[in-house]
Amino acid sequence: MAAAEQTTLEEIRRGLSWRKQLDKVFVAIGLALLFGCLAVLAILFFDLLRDGASRFGWDFFTNFPSRKAERAGILSAWVGTSLIMFVTALVALPVGVAAAIYLEEYAPKNWFTNIIEINVTNLAGVPSIVYGLLALGLFVYAFNFGQSVLSAGLTLALLILPIVIVATRESLRAVPKAIREAAYGLGATRWEVTKDHVLPYSTGGILTGLILGLSRAIGETAPIITIGALSFIAFLPPAPISGEFPFLNFEWLTSEFTAMPIQMFNWVSRPDQAFQANAAAAGAILLGMTLLMNAIAIWIRYRFRKKINW
Amino acid sequence: MDMDIATTRQDVSGVVQVQPTQGDSSAKSPAKPGVSIVLEDKAQLRANPPKARSEGLNFWYGTNQALKNINLTIPERQVTALIGPSGCGKSTFLRCFNRMHDLQPDTRYEGAIQLRPDDINLVGKEVDPIEVRMRIGMVFQKPNPFPKSVFENVAYGLRLRGIGNKTELAERVERALRAAAIWDEVKDRLNDSALALSGGQMQRLCIARALATEPEILLFDEPTSALDPIATAKIEELISELRETVTILIVTHNMQQAARVSDFTAFMYLGELVEVDATSKIFTNPAKKATEDYITGRYG
Repeated sequence: MAAAEQTTLEEIRRGLSWRKQLDKVFVAIGLALLFGCLAVLAILFFDLLRDGASRFGWDFFTNFPSRKAERAGILSAWVGTSLIMFVTALVALPVGVAAAIYLEEYAPKNWFTNIIEINVTNLAGVPSIVYGLLALGLFVYAFNFGQSVLSAGLTLALLILPIVIVATRESLRAVPKAIREAAYGLGATRWEVTKDHVLPYSTGGILTGLILGLSRAIGETAPIITIGALSFIAFLPPAPISGEFPFLNFEWLTSEFTAMPIQMFNWVSRPDQAFQANAAAAGAILLGMTLLMNAIAIWIRYRFRKKINW
Repeated sequence: MDMDIATTRQDVSGVVQVQPTQGDSSAKSPAKPGVSIVLEDKAQLRANPPKARSEGLNFWYGTNQALKNINLTIPERQVTALIGPSGCGKSTFLRCFNRMHDLQPDTRYEGAIQLRPDDINLVGKEVDPIEVRMRIGMVFQKPNPFPKSVFENVAYGLRLRGIGNKTELAERVERALRAAAIWDEVKDRLNDSALALSGGQMQRLCIARALATEPEILLFDEPTSALDPIATAKIEELISELRETVTILIVTHNMQQAARVSDFTAFMYLGELVEVDATSKIFTNPAKKATEDYITGRYG
């Protein structure tokens, strides 16, 4: 009996050490793959930095594009990109959040809602050039917004709408049922529960979703080429804030524009080697903008998680 | 388990000895905790003015009938406990009183819960569930404070009722927190997050939140099942005190708890009301075999 037990114990130990080995093997494979991915990104980033190193400097940000590579800058591109992102965020946030609230809190669960839900998810998979074509027909010609900052902002807002809707729905769903019941139990209406509780408690997730959407939109090239971004612009849109009454100026919305990825595309397609350095520098800056936005998203999520811990 | 039951019985019989039969006179003066239990319970049941009465109440989740013809009187300013094995419908019944089921699709009520004195039917289609919830408060199984400040938690129900005056809010929040026996613990941290409180404090905060709006009936859905024994004892003590001002209906899995805090106990089984009587009677001399089996731990 005792001998039998000992063998069993030895067997257990043998089996255990083998199983622990497997555990370590998996950790090794996982780490290798993870670092592989990160390395590719890092190499790309440093390659861009090295190629564009000669061009970094204050002038690069404050100069308009030029026929001479060493005098060309990204002023009109980054201003254009910033304005477009502003319009995109301003449109995508309220529309996306409202749609998500309707779908999550109000819509009855029936086949019609199911079709809408499936198609919202499908929209995220539509190629961006298709959005460009839609926008060209709808915003540029039908609504007559022209080849403007407004058209570009609306187009990209459409593009990231599914991302914002899905992210918002997920964070609305994360609010525990018990909290909703507590509010309903006190006599709150559905709208009061949403506005006083569900929405405030999911702000972190919603903003994270918006920023991740924007960091996708900032690099989009195809749709804004389709609606007619110019690749060579030597002027800025009229400033949104002016010193005279009425202080706010909306002419910039209808101004022609260029954007970071367009400027890069333009430089890359030039035969002159000197422009390649410009393209690399602009690429590094664009990548930096994206990483910065993701960092902000992570920070926001962390802050809200710390504050609300179910 | 057997021992627990024996202890319970002793407690109950002890109470009975302390308080000899007084007939109707005991029902008129607000009773002290545990003292209102009298042997002539049928008489007392009649003597306590009813606060609500469920009449032929049926309830369905889809096609599944969860409550079958429930007839039960809830006496005013007394604690009525609902006991029974899991899935017997006691929580379902409790949630009918503030129309929580209306939040889910495909649920259906039939029959009535008449609320006295104005005789509205709480489960009637013509009655707005929000109006019902504004009159009948609820405390849930797991403490569920809002992730806001202690003050805002209690003030929320008042704000919903359009009370914005700062002095009045502060006064009524303090009154509710005192009534829930938590004022001394939180008076210096009214602006701190409610999530920083302990589980027992959170649950008393939830009770304060429900009390702030002065409900006519307060529903408790297993309020101590997520709490440790000390926090549980505090909540039970609180419930015994609250009965002087508010009608209480409590669902509990814990039979000793029902014996300790309630004046009347209703035993439910498979969606039906099996027996209701004074708590002392139910725990010492139940009329139905099923009730006896349950309280002696034969199932449940």
